[in-house]
Amino acid sequence: MSNYTVNHLAHLESEAIYVLRETASQFNKPVLLFSGGKDSIVVAHLAKRAFWPGKMPFPLMHVDTGHNFPETLVYRDKFVADIGARLEVASVQNSIDQGRVQEEKGPNASRNALQTVTLLDALEEGEYDAAIGGARRDEEKARAKERFFSHRDEFGQWDPKNQRPELWNLFNGRKAQGEHFRVFPLSNWTEMDVWQYIKQERIPLPDIYFTHERDVINRNGTLLAVTDFITVAENETVETRRVRFRTVGDATCTGAVESPAATLDEVIAEVAAARQTERGTRADDKRSDTAMEDRKKAGYF
Amino acid sequence: MTETNYPDMELLRFTTAGSVDDGKSTLIGRLMYDTKTIFEDQLDAVEKTSKQRGDGRLDLALLTDGLKAEREQGITIDVAYRYFATPRRKFIIADTPGHIQYTRNMVTGASTANLAIILIDARKGVIEQTCRHSFIASLLGIKHLTVAINKMDLVDWSQEKFDEIVAAYKAFASRLEIPEITFIPISALHGDNVVEKSTNMPWFQGAPLLYHLETVYIGTDVNHVDPRFPVQYVIRPHSDEWHDFRGFAGRVASGVFKPGDDVMILPSGFNAQIKAIHSNDGELDEAFSPHSVAITLDREIDISRGDMLAKPNNQPTVGQDIDLMLCWFSEKKPLQVRGKYLLKHTSKECRAVVRDIKYKVDVNTLHKIEDVNEVSLNDIARVTLRTSSPLFYDSYRKNRITGSVILVDEFSNETVAAGMIR
Repeated sequence: MSNYTVNHLAHLESEAIYVLRETASQFNKPVLLFSGGKDSIVVAHLAKRAFWPGKMPFPLMHVDTGHNFPETLVYRDKFVADIGARLEVASVQNSIDQGRVQEEKGPNASRNALQTVTLLDALEEGEYDAAIGGARRDEEKARAKERFFSHRDEFGQWDPKNQRPELWNLFNGRKAQGEHFRVFPLSNWTEMDVWQYIKQERIPLPDIYFTHERDVINRNGTLLAVTDFITVAENETVETRRVRFRTVGDATCTGAVESPAATLDEVIAEVAAARQTERGTRADDKRSDTAMEDRKKAGYF
Repeated sequence: MTETNYPDMELLRFTTAGSVDDGKSTLIGRLMYDTKTIFEDQLDAVEKTSKQRGDGRLDLALLTDGLKAEREQGITIDVAYRYFATPRRKFIIADTPGHIQYTRNMVTGASTANLAIILIDARKGVIEQTCRHSFIASLLGIKHLTVAINKMDLVDWSQEKFDEIVAAYKAFASRLEIPEITFIPISALHGDNVVEKSTNMPWFQGAPLLYHLETVYIGTDVNHVDPRFPVQYVIRPHSDEWHDFRGFAGRVASGVFKPGDDVMILPSGFNAQIKAIHSNDGELDEAFSPHSVAITLDREIDISRGDMLAKPNNQPTVGQDIDLMLCWFSEKKPLQVRGKYLLKHTSKECRAVVRDIKYKVDVNTLHKIEDVNEVSLNDIARVTLRTSSPLFYDSYRKNRITGSVILVDEFSNETVAAGMIR
């Protein structure tokens, strides 16, 4: 490569750092949404770099469905301690106990959609005016329409047909009282970029991203982990398989993939050869063709 | 994709423009499909929807139109961003709609693009919209234009037809400021000259579209001559280890900065020397666009967000009377003389009042329309603004970052205009 050029990872990194610094400058009280999944781990890592040698000027928030893989929680607490950030936990269980939301019924019941209410309540209570997330435009067709600075009205709603144009690197974060923004520093990253960056930066990940033996059931083509949070139906059989997870979310709707990949290089090779999108393992997206758009309009991540 | 090549890819951003039914979505679908960026489950979903609608063929456009309303109406409403990669480059596509009312989307998509693909339907040739899209690409400072003459299958792969369209395009393109224009005859539907060289058009000597995208030289697209560093954020750790650290954080807009360099700080006009350029990986020998870094100086000077570091012997223009080309985005209110707005320029924010509207541009003919009182949605006009405090700027032609502004309506908070400083 010639002088004064940078590769795509350096470009994406510097863009994300620019967005994070812009967020700290334009908003009174930002918060970084942290799920313990790889994308939010990368965002937190970038935030640490953006403000170094100072500390990142915002806390992390975990919207906790209560349906976690235990490995993610262990990882979360260690990661937060290591980077010296403050963690706030917004609990879906609390929202249920307080009657703010009602638990879904039936064998495919999931707390995925309930998170929206918990998230919006927590943002309002904490008076947060910008919520930084790890969503990427390549993940899903509705997310392909997202802005770096994405406006939410006073009900937390997204209006995808009426978004502010985003030109050059000039981000408009102005808003009325009670409104907030979602900020997506990884907008231009792909799944492959994230994995390559994790490798380059040697960022540790939760174990469930790598191969392990696990009891699973096959439900509508999704390999769901057998946990306390799902009910195995009579006609379903529990099998032990060698699996890993491509995305990490609520344990009731995040499917595993069969994989022998034990190292980052093996995972990267697998991602390069993959013929299914990573969200193909997400039962929450399969509920309808516009499942993501519908949830996002209501205030989802 | 060979794994060893992957981390050393360059990044190319391009935008696509065409009018309705020019086959733009089909072309993007084709590029993604043939580079194996489209996954089986996405394809399944498209097949399912195509079948439900009773379409005879697979509608690749469904891959790019993400919103429910877009899929229902079969149109693209908003800019969508798509990604694909080859071992040589990672590509970011800003897919913008071709409807007349959506000029603002093309301006948005073009603002960050290195290259624009303008689609022409071979049966229709150069039409008004071709002219408009090319003008916008030129106005937004795009350095590489690729004219893809599509649906060649419907004109019997005719070289004569192709030559005719190229000649017609060149006739008006002489008025554009685009240094590099490439013409490629394609069929997005059948894949001819998209990824693979077409066997139906042996008369075409040039490279297929993807090869062109992979190899077009973009090294000079960024200004590495004029050092400009807008201060975005001040880092003060207040820790024992970094007690006196005051780092000026920002993204280099242009030029090169090195430790030991003399810099001038605007607006104060003070000089200082760069002590160090910091990143989380340690100190750097130099920083250039697009690096995000933190710079420390050899003396204490009051510097905050909105200030700029430049060189004593290479400074931007400092002024409050700004002459610019403006694209108006608001359907609710037109731009009027004496209108007041909030202006954003690099990391700086101030107020601006419209002093004069010199002329509007008819984007289809490039004619100037003088004596205008207001500028409405999708209009492009030459305007002078007076700002409440001085801007440190360069002409947009020389510097996309320090030459661009947006205007924000103070009441609705909406972004109502994009401006390119003359």
